[in-house]
Amino acid sequence: MEEQGIINIETWRLISAYIFVLILFFIVKARGINRERQIIIATFRMTIQLILAGYVLTLLFAHSHPVLTIVVLIIMAAFSIHTIFRQAGQPLSSHVKKAIIVSMSVGSFVCLFYFNFVIIHFTPWYEPRYFIPIAGMIIGNSMTGITLAVKTLLDSLRSNRDQIEGALMLGATPKSAIKPYVDNAFDSAILPTLNNMLGMGIVFLPGMMTGQILSGVSPLLAIEYQIVVLLGILGSVSLAVILFLLLAVRALFTTKAQLREDF
Amino acid sequence: MYELRNIKYKDILTIDHLQLEEGKVSCITGKSGTGKSSLLKLLNSIYVPDSGEITYYGSPLSEIDPIKLRREAVMLAQAPLIFPGTIEENLQAGLKFAEKELASAQELHQVIERMELSKDLGENAEELSGGEKQRIALARVLLMRARVYLLDEPTSGLDENTEIKVLRSFIDESRKNKSTVLMITHSIAAAETFADREISLDT
Repeated sequence: MEEQGIINIETWRLISAYIFVLILFFIVKARGINRERQIIIATFRMTIQLILAGYVLTLLFAHSHPVLTIVVLIIMAAFSIHTIFRQAGQPLSSHVKKAIIVSMSVGSFVCLFYFNFVIIHFTPWYEPRYFIPIAGMIIGNSMTGITLAVKTLLDSLRSNRDQIEGALMLGATPKSAIKPYVDNAFDSAILPTLNNMLGMGIVFLPGMMTGQILSGVSPLLAIEYQIVVLLGILGSVSLAVILFLLLAVRALFTTKAQLREDF
Repeated sequence: MYELRNIKYKDILTIDHLQLEEGKVSCITGKSGTGKSSLLKLLNSIYVPDSGEITYYGSPLSEIDPIKLRREAVMLAQAPLIFPGTIEENLQAGLKFAEKELASAQELHQVIERMELSKDLGENAEELSGGEKQRIALARVLLMRARVYLLDEPTSGLDENTEIKVLRSFIDESRKNKSTVLMITHSIAAAETFADREISLDT
């Protein structure tokens, strides 16, 4: 029953956890809320994706190699960029897409490598047991940050075009004409991470720490990891978002300092 | 000063030739949709013509730094531009954008008076009426001591009496500074009183 200090969940017990989905399913059905399809799809996708991830990770851990780790990192980054494009909820110009690709890659990779080489300092540097979960957390959070920044920035530019052009007419540089909207987008993008830090340890125990504690790691060591991970996430979200905003500002204006019609 | 040749902008505006003289007050009139605002935006480099050439003191606009041009030939948009903050902050905003020296308290009080406003500089500008906002926006560009003022219906929200008073102050001040004024207006009285030249865009 026990393996390395953690209770193994037997198959029938694992299956019995799906009762929670059934509860939700019956609630929406009884109340006539049209969500059955999404519940089934979400449950199915979560299960399949995690099973696949489990096998892929087992394979990667067994055949640790720098090329494999880098390939996984690139796939993660590409998937996150694709997700940002999709979740922006509006067509994006090639200029904005470029800004997303550069900021997402540079912002998260710089933080990831600093985190791995300086803070955790594991060897070999490509050890997938450390590298992949940490990359997942950093890239995933940067992705959420940039998605929020893209949405907030573009929405506010659309609704404040007159204000921005009005400032340009008076001789403002594009940077100063757009500053309040850029600051607002930055603020909305980092706020969830800050709020998360405020509630940490009191309102909830984060997934990584819970996982470590369940697998027998001392809570104090788990907390050490959680603190550095949260700081790493804060750093990568801030860096990726500010990079995106700085690049986007240049991309949103023509060389003649005019706000583009389509962004 | 400005010279336009064979200008075409979308389906909105076509001008074969137009020359604007320095130090004069020109009023642009015309029905809605005849491209009056677009003309000012072309002169302010907010828009670029699809074809033709605009020159400013002999140099094509395409070769002039647009930010430098806009600081010399400022444009007042039709919808009064009000930023969150006090009247004082709003009055100083133009100078701040153009990276010029800010106005003194005395200059601010003077400009408010010229615009027929009796308001405290610390009041919240967003709470002003439409006509008051328009006068704050006009006062803001006056403070910029520009070489050219491109005004898009600067007093459309005012009654005729106040309109004439406000424009008289504005134009007296701009004449004193030898500035050029190019103003879109629907007011026949304003055009008759102040225009050295009327430009009609009706074809």
